[in-house]
Amino acid sequence: MLDIKDLRATVGDKEILKGITLTVKPGEVHAVMGPNGSGKSTLAQVLAGHPAYEVTGGSVTYDAEDLLEMDAEVRAQKGVFLAFQYPVEIPGVSNAYFLRAAYNEIRKARGEEEIDPMSFADLMDEKMQLVEMEGDMLSRSVNTGFSGGEKKRNEILQMAVLEPRLAILDETDSGLDIDALRIVAHGVNSLRGPDRATIVVTHYQRLLNYIVPDYVHVLANGRIVRSGGKELALELEARGYDWLLEEAVA
Amino acid sequence: MIETYLKGFEAFSRNGGAAAPSWARSLRLSGITRFEELGFPSTRNEDWHFTSVAPIAERDFAPLTSATSGVSAAQLAPFTFGGEGWHTLVFVNGRYDAGLSSAAGLPDGVSVLPLARAYDELPLLLEQHVGRIASIDAHTFTALNTAFINDGAVVHVGKDIEVARPIHLLFVSDAKAVDGIAQPRNLIVLDRFAKATVIESYATVARGAGAYFTNTVTEATIGEGATLTHLKLQRESAQAYHVGTLDVQQGRDSHLVSFSFAIGAALSRTNVYTELRGEGCGATLNGLYLGDDRQHIDHQTRIEHIAPNCYSRELYKGILDGASHGVFNGKVYVHPAAQKTDGKQTNNTLLLSERAQIDTKPQLEIFADDVKCTHGATVGRLDETSLFYMKSRGINARTARELLTYAFAADVLETIELAEVREGLEAAVLKRYTES
Repeated sequence: MLDIKDLRATVGDKEILKGITLTVKPGEVHAVMGPNGSGKSTLAQVLAGHPAYEVTGGSVTYDAEDLLEMDAEVRAQKGVFLAFQYPVEIPGVSNAYFLRAAYNEIRKARGEEEIDPMSFADLMDEKMQLVEMEGDMLSRSVNTGFSGGEKKRNEILQMAVLEPRLAILDETDSGLDIDALRIVAHGVNSLRGPDRATIVVTHYQRLLNYIVPDYVHVLANGRIVRSGGKELALELEARGYDWLLEEAVA
Repeated sequence: MIETYLKGFEAFSRNGGAAAPSWARSLRLSGITRFEELGFPSTRNEDWHFTSVAPIAERDFAPLTSATSGVSAAQLAPFTFGGEGWHTLVFVNGRYDAGLSSAAGLPDGVSVLPLARAYDELPLLLEQHVGRIASIDAHTFTALNTAFINDGAVVHVGKDIEVARPIHLLFVSDAKAVDGIAQPRNLIVLDRFAKATVIESYATVARGAGAYFTNTVTEATIGEGATLTHLKLQRESAQAYHVGTLDVQQGRDSHLVSFSFAIGAALSRTNVYTELRGEGCGATLNGLYLGDDRQHIDHQTRIEHIAPNCYSRELYKGILDGASHGVFNGKVYVHPAAQKTDGKQTNNTLLLSERAQIDTKPQLEIFADDVKCTHGATVGRLDETSLFYMKSRGINARTARELLTYAFAADVLETIELAEVREGLEAAVLKRYTES
């Protein structure tokens, strides 16, 4: 589904990704871990098409197409979704309007008819239960005045509505208390399926108790320095990142 | 040219002016005298630093004195928001048009009248207030307006009365306004605990016909515990010049909620001034200006905190495209006695083109030591992070830009309580910035 080969990216003059190679197959959950500044959030943003990053080498193939050639909106229309570490506030645009606009654009791209407001309201009722959100947030401006936990749940709500094939969660667990974390994890897990894949970018092992990965990759200084199964995450939790960084240097 | 107005004043004194009471005639005389002394302001004048009035000063605009007809009710539809049962006075080229007006259904104790009738029906009220609120000392255009006081609207709401439906003062120009000047003079008086919404609209039914000049002054006094909601909607033709002043005095525990919407005219200047003279007052001054082509849109606001324990809130937003030029000059002045003043002033401008520009000058002058005042201004383009966020959800780049532009304006339009006007302006803004 996703084939990343020797991916290099810079922001300004600074190289952040220094050759990432990673393959994700349908149905899999991959965790990308690493210390601050390792490049894990950059990887997530580059995959979603953030304009601040310049890809300087390597390739990313998504469903046999060149992902890097696509504009951000085309990636989304083809099923790539990034849950932001810092969801953006958009005063003046209601959540309901925003979500319906996004939903309809994605349906249009798939050659499907736009959904009418009534049917969309029913869909929203169902999805909001999943992330335990109240109805009044739909009429509020996107993320405006939301608490940290509400913003993260709103990301998962968007994901649940848009039903991406490849979901990338960028430190969705940061700043969440345990209850919010469970709600978020429940939302993510309910979307898992044989045709979908998830990349979970996180600093902590904690989230992986709730979203159990098939593979764990450790990023350091712009490279993957270790890959393994879910037990690698537990080892990192117990021993920290330093031993891996030292091994990588040695 | 100044001389044109001086000559015009002589002619006006001989005929049209004669019917007015003697206090009004002496007020006019003081107006023309002050206008002659002041002349048109240059850009060395601090209040006009970013706005050159040369295009107005160098032309000869003839006073529009005689009533014209030919505007139909159907032509007014775009400016009336479909408001049902509104109390509406219509002025064509500055002159009251009884046929198009309908102030029926007003509660007892409320008057909505053209100035000429108010001279007869409310003589004391007029003498007490006209020319007593708007200062001509340093304001050329107010002095010029005062010299030619002849027509306009008078709104009086008696004690304890709440006027449920909006009062709409609609000033339209037609093709006969070209090369002319209209100078409406309005008075709004709210007695103790009264409440009313007054809309002042300036619009044209003859787009593209040519230049004309509207120089309007509205004086308002808000009594103890009373609330005035004032919406000024400036939708003049693209060739027009417009200077409009709202001068307000607020009594104890009174509230002013003002909104200025400016989209028309080649050059416009809107002044909103209020004095918070009694304790416990609140003033909310919001506005939205939308510029394109070579338009020049200037707003000057002044909030004078004279009494303690008052608050003021101000949010002006602008969207400038083409080679348009916006000016925001907002002053919050806190007098020494005005302790516990709570003031917040914000001006945000979105520039959609490389050639558009804004001069913004939010100012605080504080002479009391126990106050909470903040102010700030931002100028920018559409936020790249917001654009990326929307695109990452599948929304195409153009729609994302349109939606963000609309949202920037909708944020301040949301503050308009009157649904017909809020929704009407939202629809107009949406249409302007989106393809659909």
